[in-house]
Amino acid sequence: MSFQYVIRRVLSAIPLLVGVSLILFAVLHLAPGSPLDVYAENPAVTPEALENIRVSLGLDRPLPEQYVRWFSSFFRGNWGYSIRTNNPAIEDALSRLPATIILSGSAFLLALIIALPLGIISAVKRYSWIDHAATFFSFLGISTPVFWLALMVQLLFSVQLGWLPSAGMSSIGDDTIINRIRHLIMPASVLSLAFVAGWSRYVRSSMIEVLSLDYIRTARSKGLREQIITYRHALKNALIPVVTVIALDLAVLFSGAVITETVFAWPGLGRLFIESMNGRDYPVLLGLMMFGSFGLIFINLLTDLMYAFLDPRVRYE
Amino acid sequence: MTDIPQTQLEFAEVDTVTQGSNANRSLKRFLRHKPATVSLVVLVILAVIALLAPVISPYDPTAQDFMIMGNPQPPSAEHLMGTDALGRDMFARVLYGARVSLAVGLLSALMASLIGTMIGALAGYYGGLTDDLLMRFVDLMLSIPILPMTILLAGILRPSIALIVIIIGTFGWMGTARLVRSRFLGLREAEFVEASHALGGGASRIITKHMLPNALGPIIVATTLAVGGAIMLESALSFLGLGVQPPTPTWGNLLNESRQWLSLAPWMAIFPGLFILITVLAVNFLGDGLRDALDPKS
Repeated sequence: MSFQYVIRRVLSAIPLLVGVSLILFAVLHLAPGSPLDVYAENPAVTPEALENIRVSLGLDRPLPEQYVRWFSSFFRGNWGYSIRTNNPAIEDALSRLPATIILSGSAFLLALIIALPLGIISAVKRYSWIDHAATFFSFLGISTPVFWLALMVQLLFSVQLGWLPSAGMSSIGDDTIINRIRHLIMPASVLSLAFVAGWSRYVRSSMIEVLSLDYIRTARSKGLREQIITYRHALKNALIPVVTVIALDLAVLFSGAVITETVFAWPGLGRLFIESMNGRDYPVLLGLMMFGSFGLIFINLLTDLMYAFLDPRVRYE
Repeated sequence: MTDIPQTQLEFAEVDTVTQGSNANRSLKRFLRHKPATVSLVVLVILAVIALLAPVISPYDPTAQDFMIMGNPQPPSAEHLMGTDALGRDMFARVLYGARVSLAVGLLSALMASLIGTMIGALAGYYGGLTDDLLMRFVDLMLSIPILPMTILLAGILRPSIALIVIIIGTFGWMGTARLVRSRFLGLREAEFVEASHALGGGASRIITKHMLPNALGPIIVATTLAVGGAIMLESALSFLGLGVQPPTPTWGNLLNESRQWLSLAPWMAIFPGLFILITVLAVNFLGDGLRDALDPKS
């Protein structure tokens, strides 16, 4: 891959980073109230003291300067302090990160393990009953509201059958792996459903396209076994567009965790986001939004580079 | 959730006009798509039910039966879908909820489609610097995670129904813009467009009279699918308590209220969700059928 292409693509991400941070900064200033409201309600804080705090927080400075300060301190890991916990906001976020990675990671793997074979079978046995069933299932999957599905599986497996715990990451006093897995099953499955549905469709259509290409016909005419053609020759090329779609969906997967984590009381970033929203904890909210946007930009960048690496034609366009 | 159908649409190829005798062929293609035909009927029924809610509904959606307050009643002949914790009839609430949910979904999708078409048309028609700038703006909007951003805005603004439509519309147009742009770029070189240029046709005339009609198929498909996404997003916001505010019922609101009563009154959760599922499923099938009918090359 040409060095120039990488540099050009990386540089093009910079205006996006700045643009997103500007939008988020504007949204912060859209919010009613100011960071000083906490102190203003306190009768022990005199107007002079309030003014001192205002100056010390830099709130008396012009907006552009406030923006630059905020932007640069964000990258130095200073997200301000949580209004609810008084901890540094970044610490609150980092303490929730592992739970989200466990949940999203499991959902990601689960979706991949189901979607890949499902898509391949659908493509190879096109218009068979299994293909039709998979098509219907995927329509159902992308049409099911995650929050409702979450409630329904809680109702069935926790309330009615009592098989699985309905909320949390582990039971109090029981930190075994088995217990943790039992807590993980429902949230991970619910989160993965829409992605199983979407990805299996992509694998299918991509496989069908590749299977109709000339080189596959050549492979057939050479008398190669159908399985070797499918898995060694077709799959490799069919997966290239699929990889990019899956990578781009990673960000959607993380945002989807907002709802799943809330319903299953899963102590991850998504739940922190909702808790902070309800508590008007703007430093944490903004930190999370910036973090999420930058992650999205980074994933997009990585996907483009990966695509260019996997499919050399892209670079010369 | 909304991303899946939209990205699929970006593979749409340029195709020819679907007018005149083509309309007949399109209709036939649509009717051959059985799930889409059934879905259209389902959606029409849902729309009629929503419009006629005051006529059909046996109860006022906010009227409380104080005798059964705090004691939700299971579905019965009297209360088809049971009652909620405040003694309100769930059937009435689901019916009235349909009005808000469907209206918000429809209007947000239309708004997104309008913005997307305008931006895509300008970018595709003018090309060059205009195109570069507008597409960078699209990239920028796509760099913001949609669900968290709408949650943030809804949480900060505590919005009215109109504002929710605006928030959802504001973050839903990027797919359509890209779609229309690529379509327009293909049409720029078309002979009938060049002919119109030669005859002295102005930009607005060429865009609206010549290019837009040729891009209408994919736009209709994208708008249809966007309705499903918008209904889902509004429900998600309301489910989190950040969307339409109670006592106005929406399907998402009803689900939010049902959470504390899940084990005691599961019917409070089952019915509203079932309506979201059926509606969004029907919308997605309809979009698929329309794609087959209007945009057969994709």
